[in-house]
Amino acid sequence: MWDPVVLTITLAGIATVLLLVVATPIAWWLARSRSAWKEIIGAVVTLPLVLPPTVLGFYLLIAFSPNSPLGQGVIAVFGQGLPFTFEGLVLASVVYSLPFAVQPIRNAFEAFGDRPLEVAATLRASPWNAFWTVAVPLARPGFLAGAVLGFAHTVGEFGVVLMIGGNIPGETKVLSIAIYDYVETLQWTQAHILAGGMLGFSFTVLLAMRLIEKRLGWSPR
Amino acid sequence: MTPRPDRITAGFTGRLGTFDLNARFEVPATGVTALFGPSGCGKTTVLRCMAGLTRLNDGVLRIGADVWQDGARFVPPHRRPIGYVFQEASLFPHLSVPNNLRYGQRRTRNGARPVAFDDVVDLLGLARLLDRPTAVLSGGERQRVAIGRALLSQPRLLLMDEPLSALDRFSKDEILPYLETLHDRLDIPVLYVSHDIAEVERLADTLVLMDHGRAEAVGPLSALMADPALPLARLPEAAEVLDAEVVEHDSAYGLATVAVPGGRLIVPADAGAVGTRHRLRIVANDVSLSRQPPAAADSSILNVLPVRIIGAEPTGAHLVTVFLLLGHDGTGAPLLARITRKSWDMLGLAAGQTVHAMVKGVALVDRPAPEPPTTHTGDSR
Repeated sequence: MWDPVVLTITLAGIATVLLLVVATPIAWWLARSRSAWKEIIGAVVTLPLVLPPTVLGFYLLIAFSPNSPLGQGVIAVFGQGLPFTFEGLVLASVVYSLPFAVQPIRNAFEAFGDRPLEVAATLRASPWNAFWTVAVPLARPGFLAGAVLGFAHTVGEFGVVLMIGGNIPGETKVLSIAIYDYVETLQWTQAHILAGGMLGFSFTVLLAMRLIEKRLGWSPR
Repeated sequence: MTPRPDRITAGFTGRLGTFDLNARFEVPATGVTALFGPSGCGKTTVLRCMAGLTRLNDGVLRIGADVWQDGARFVPPHRRPIGYVFQEASLFPHLSVPNNLRYGQRRTRNGARPVAFDDVVDLLGLARLLDRPTAVLSGGERQRVAIGRALLSQPRLLLMDEPLSALDRFSKDEILPYLETLHDRLDIPVLYVSHDIAEVERLADTLVLMDHGRAEAVGPLSALMADPALPLARLPEAAEVLDAEVVEHDSAYGLATVAVPGGRLIVPADAGAVGTRHRLRIVANDVSLSRQPPAAADSSILNVLPVRIIGAEPTGAHLVTVFLLLGHDGTGAPLLARITRKSWDMLGLAAGQTVHAMVKGVALVDRPAPEPPTTHTGDSR
């Protein structure tokens, strides 16, 4: 019964790290750029928020199928395709949870405006240095929220996993699929344990985030 | 324009939104230069261009022999050895007070660091703030830390954008003496943006008068304040500032004599020891004119100075602003007098005449004054 739990936490952990790496530059660009493309890219990044997960999973499946150029490229480089593998799940999770990580980080970057970065520039900090020593520390609550939401959202995904991951024990059978399986086979006790655990986990995550956010929050000026 | 080692040459032309900027000026690379003008005249934009925070493609900026902007050449802000003090202190909330102070210092190139941490702490009275959380400092305290932070980045040029305007009266009075000390103790040229003539009179040596995105006039503060062509002399509170030095004490009466270019004035003796330098402010309304020097026994006014009339201009319906130069020969410092048009006509005054200016009030503007800053001497009223 615990295999899916371990698998899900591993998946969410890896996806969260990748999410932060991918979401930070996107959030920075969306917060700072004056480009006309900004809102278009922003909407594309936000798509997974409103798209039915099955639709997203369907397109990912098509994109990485062994018949598509992208899928063939992946096979040529890694020796295997992405659909119905753990790596495929990681990739899908990052795409699927991207808006949940980008939005809070972008908001945090926008919240402090240009001034702290201008101050840093007049104090000899290069843009790169100012980013790490001023922007990132000031946006800490946003990073925390992005990581927690990205993690929690990945833990709870179902439709995308079903489409691109299938239901392979130890490889792609994550929590939500396991719960579905237990219910299908009328194993109510196991379904209750996992579902209740998820409920407790989600509540704890949100509460903890709120509390940490409060402690981390900088006074406005 | 050829570069001169002791000058700052700036010229910025361009359009920002709906605002047209076309400001060019050359000022000495010493002392305090005030960029003065009404709100929205482009002073802050000029300062931002000088820092490199705003980039206008048509810009020139030379600090002595160094070119920071000219044509395609544009030195990014973090490579310019400037200190910038913003209107709001903008301390980094995630850093302690000492780490805020050292943020720029740590990033200066290795080499000479003439401004030492302890000196800045001492100069700005920061010792008591070092252990306090950044978030709990008052407005005035935050601004002092921000000034210290800018100084510790070892600037060759200090840019200050209305550093006092966001502060209440009490905090302003708290910071102004520190700015004066700065002026006296550090050899860093300062460009100081302000729309408050009182701050300018107190701090500036050179004035850049701005209006509608242009530098309307550039020159020594005292010359511009008494320039008939400029609006300053037409202000209701028109005044002149004079740099003076204490030369003599009269301890029996608690007075001191100070020398100004072209004359001597009597001020209260708490002006300090002989040799102390002061800035005096003489309001035009406090200066009246007389053809003959009043006999000492006939007048309570102590400060009577020979002056040369160089011009006059009607001010309002019944007043005349008279432009004067101190000394019999008119070689001294400028002075303004404001008298009634009736007096002007009755005395038959005209440009070129030498008359006597009777000064009712002399204020030491650079001394922290607990009460209204004007100190009247020898006035019988």
